[in-house]
Amino acid sequence: MAETAAIELKNISKYFGGKAANKNVNLSINTGEILSILGENGSGKTTLMNMIAGIYFPDEGQIFIDGKAVVIRSPKDAFKYKIGMIHQHFKLVDVFSATENIILGIENKEKYDLKAAAEKVKEICERYGFDIDPMKKIHEMSVSEKQTVEIIKVLYRGADILILDEPTAVLTPQETQKLFNVLRKMRDDGKSIIIITHKLHEVLSLSDKVAVLRKGEYVGTINTAEADESILTEMMVGKKVSLNIDRSEPENCEERLVIKNLNCVDREGVKVLNDVSFTAYSGEILGIAGIAGSGQRELLEAIAGLQKVNEGEILYNNPKTGECDNLRDKTPMQIRDLGVRLSFVPEDRLGMGLVGNMDIIDNMMLRSYRKGHSMFLERKGPRDLAEKIIKDLEVVTPDAKTPVRRLSGGNIQKILVGREIAAAPTVLMAAYPVRGLDIGASYTIYNLLNKQKEKGVAVIFVGEDLDVLIELCDRIIVIGSGSITGTVDARTATKEEIGLLMTKSAAHGGEAE
Amino acid sequence: MLAFLVSSIRLGMAFLFGSTGETITEKSGHLNLGIPGVMCVGASCGCFAEYLYLSEAGPNANYFLAVFIPIIATMLGGAVMGLIFSFLTVTLRANQNVTGLVLTTFGVGVSDYMIAETGAVYSKGSRFFTSSFPFAEDLGWFGEIFLSHGILIYLAIIIALVSSFVLTKTRVGLNLRAVGENPATADAAGINVSRYRYAATCIGCAIAGLGGLSFIMDYLNGNWEYCIDAIGWLAIALVIFTVWKPSVAIIGSIIFGALYIASSYITGVSFASKEIFKMLPYVVTIIVLVFTSIRNKRENQPPQSLGLSYFREER
Amino acid sequence: MKKMNFHIVKREPMAWYKSVLVRAAAIVAALLVSAVVITILTGKNPFEVYASMVSGAFGSSLRIWSLLQNTAILLCISLAVTPAFKMKFWNCGAEGQVLISGLATTAVMMFLGDSLPYPVLLLVMLAASVLAGVIWAVIPAFFKAMWNTNETLFTLMMNYVAIQFVAFFLKYFVKSGSGVLAPMPEHGLPVLAGQSYLLNIIIVVALTVLVYIYLKKTKQGYEISVVGESENTAKYIGINVRKVVVRTLVVSGALCGIAGLLLVGGTNHTISTTTVDGRGFTAIMVSWLGKFNPVYMVMTSFLIVFLQRGASQVSTDFRLPSAISDIVTGIILFFIIGCEFFLQYKILSAKNRKEND
Repeated sequence: MAETAAIELKNISKYFGGKAANKNVNLSINTGEILSILGENGSGKTTLMNMIAGIYFPDEGQIFIDGKAVVIRSPKDAFKYKIGMIHQHFKLVDVFSATENIILGIENKEKYDLKAAAEKVKEICERYGFDIDPMKKIHEMSVSEKQTVEIIKVLYRGADILILDEPTAVLTPQETQKLFNVLRKMRDDGKSIIIITHKLHEVLSLSDKVAVLRKGEYVGTINTAEADESILTEMMVGKKVSLNIDRSEPENCEERLVIKNLNCVDREGVKVLNDVSFTAYSGEILGIAGIAGSGQRELLEAIAGLQKVNEGEILYNNPKTGECDNLRDKTPMQIRDLGVRLSFVPEDRLGMGLVGNMDIIDNMMLRSYRKGHSMFLERKGPRDLAEKIIKDLEVVTPDAKTPVRRLSGGNIQKILVGREIAAAPTVLMAAYPVRGLDIGASYTIYNLLNKQKEKGVAVIFVGEDLDVLIELCDRIIVIGSGSITGTVDARTATKEEIGLLMTKSAAHGGEAE
Repeated sequence: MLAFLVSSIRLGMAFLFGSTGETITEKSGHLNLGIPGVMCVGASCGCFAEYLYLSEAGPNANYFLAVFIPIIATMLGGAVMGLIFSFLTVTLRANQNVTGLVLTTFGVGVSDYMIAETGAVYSKGSRFFTSSFPFAEDLGWFGEIFLSHGILIYLAIIIALVSSFVLTKTRVGLNLRAVGENPATADAAGINVSRYRYAATCIGCAIAGLGGLSFIMDYLNGNWEYCIDAIGWLAIALVIFTVWKPSVAIIGSIIFGALYIASSYITGVSFASKEIFKMLPYVVTIIVLVFTSIRNKRENQPPQSLGLSYFREER
Repeated sequence: MKKMNFHIVKREPMAWYKSVLVRAAAIVAALLVSAVVITILTGKNPFEVYASMVSGAFGSSLRIWSLLQNTAILLCISLAVTPAFKMKFWNCGAEGQVLISGLATTAVMMFLGDSLPYPVLLLVMLAASVLAGVIWAVIPAFFKAMWNTNETLFTLMMNYVAIQFVAFFLKYFVKSGSGVLAPMPEHGLPVLAGQSYLLNIIIVVALTVLVYIYLKKTKQGYEISVVGESENTAKYIGINVRKVVVRTLVVSGALCGIAGLLLVGGTNHTISTTTVDGRGFTAIMVSWLGKFNPVYMVMTSFLIVFLQRGASQVSTDFRLPSAISDIVTGIILFFIIGCEFFLQYKILSAKNRKEND
């Protein structure tokens, strides 16, 4: 290479508890270039970038900035070399204002002056076309605003190398386009940009070069101009895979769950669900699309009896008795006592669906421990179920006595979904069930959901990847700021159409058009 | 009535030191339940230093040294306790609640030991701490309330105001609050989380230690009493009432002081019933705890990661 | 990289014998440090000091009984706080819960001792002490369950309220005005086989087994674990968290009540404001160091009582202030707390980093 790279990694390795998260990775990026780091979930992309940003320290290998070997031991060192990272999980202090977050940790001789800092923030906003209020508190901001704060934070520090970790995961297609335009502007401004992603079309539309990681190992770098989706997929997964989900036609559809005019407010009195009505049919997969935090969680929790409902009805048609029950204001226990077989795979696996420190058997018991009148626990049934799920779903674990916390994300999810399906549900709700899973595990989950649908279960699937929603579901309802903004047929809908619906109600149906 | 108010202020400042110290510590994300022990150790170190200095200097003791030496000794004693706490909770990532409780046991033991070695009366030293502005008497009630106090009273208020300023109006304060709210964010912003936690805890303990000294040397006129730990627990409770604001704690601490001594100012009740009135500060604390929890406002919440260890490479 | 020659990583769980070794090493290190401290303070040969310590604990059959009795009481209080702690309810109020049930026992002994037949008296003592302990534990639990009121401070304050009740009681009912109540052994618990502490010990052994079974084998114990690990999970599977919090503190308070009964009815036969003597706090350490497992707690409580008895012997033998025992206990606990780190993490130097996998 003729010119020196802005940043170059040589033979970087990193181990966690003896397992390699990154092994012999080599990378380089030039000034004024956008590089994509492509890889499945769990392939070590974030770990790698964290080493450049000073969050982790490499166990082996060397980093070069402008041709000079450097040691980045802390985020502070990273700033010194003008490296800034925008993390997937935003690193912002909720109770601080945007400006306070932006100047956090900066050490210079200037006087501590929030007003002057806010002025400087405004200047940066104008230069790149951002729109935020520097004095707004983070907890009052939308996801996309928070991301903007993160980007301004690194620009404020004069970063020349920007790393963005899955920046589009939480954005609508329209917001994504806006972000990409900003990134292109920055590239033309002479900045080097690294973007971590697992979405192929983003790689192709945005970046100049793509580096691919697979299971922690570096596969190679190619120019985007020479790449297409199938080449990249092969590099990413290691073998040719057909990424198709078998979707059968819905059969024997009956109204299973009818939601009427549901309204909920949260603890602080903010309306989180606004007049939500829809019907879930047996034998179909109903998708729920929307920006993260638009009320999906509250909706599912309201159905499951975990969220207080202020208005509206949740009607369940019992296929066995033919009766119709209203589940509103019932606790999860009462719902079960009615004979409603409702299974729920919550978004927060280890915080809600499972107990991380308990072993697989005790986690199986969560659903069934109440059975019988004895005051003592019965562990035989749960043990058999644990063994069966480990075998059927190919869960990788030393044994059934291993705490689930120590398993990988995919295996944890298999255990959770396995347990919920084992209850032979008539309604199955799953929130982001493939988040953080690699392609293989994701497809296992899709197949499980499809099988349930074929059995006549009413499946409700909350997802974030619109491509998957369109391929997997039968119908998709779109939720925006707690209201349903539209219902589309998944077989004919386009991503752009859904994207528009996602932002619609945020501006009361006006601005988005 | 005037005497009651003055006593409330004198006792209140012991609470104020304790709660200012604990507030600074909690802002860094450390819940230090060792404060009672820290106050004991602070008090005994200060008393011990005073004892040594006075027996050395005899009648030639000078005001400045007689005040300065115990204060430094107290702060050092407190800081060492803070260091033990930080070492265990930051470097060795031990559970903060348990470490704090052991620190209290340990601190009470250390101070009882030191006191037993020197006898429990420090009235000779105490006069240096209780001597007031010479012209206070000429100003009537105004002088009595505002100017009649010893140096520690003014120091407590100054420290509370300075802490309040530092926490809200400076870069260091911003960084410290970030460490307590969200250490991962602070870390990513280039702030040394461990260093801030160590520093905040040690400084907080040094200040809290002064609370013990103020209690013995000022409020009790140098007569040691084995109830500093009760003062310490109330100081921790005061942090919650004053919603982590040292400036609010100035008033809060005086109210606590008043509650604590109210039983001795109530007349017309039997000797035994006074024991019931001594419950007052604890019962009021409970009531306020309940009310603040029922109100449960967002701005009145503790720092978000209070009580949690931080390990950057946690997976 | 040259400068950074070590860093810390989380380790896989250790083999049990290794973890025992690490803990033993911590105790040895703590004893060494304590020896240095004692030598500095006293100028005595530390071995003499330790010999005196052992003799203080095991020196005579009376001392051994006293050691066992104290272990039993501490263990009983530790068992009492364990269900609450397992639920992550920081019950720092065992001190007050035990004291108030001791007060209830005392009151029954004093006012009904002469009028009730002995077996009935025993039952009334049991009922009164358990009820008092339950009330003292349930008040903070109720507010915690309803409004998430900070239970650490609430229970701490309840300790002082209990102390003041005892102070009031002693001033009001002790006619001499001395505030010291004469022991009433004639109304105490029965003495078995001529050993005044035997019954206490038997009761605590039985309680240890019961608490173990309760926590590990029953549905209620399982619910406690789930609530303690994650309240969201508990709600998700339909556990009524409020009910579990209150119910668990009823259990916790009732066990404290039994501890109060054993302490007053079975040991002191009287009460003072310092009857519990900090055991309510020491019990928290015992429970935590024993990983909330009643079987391990037998060992941790024995260790702590041994140290305290030993240290108090040291202070008499060498004419040291009795506070030395708190100091030694503190040092040893610091070491045990600190050694947990080495069980969970390991420190790698740059050199052996490769051996890591």
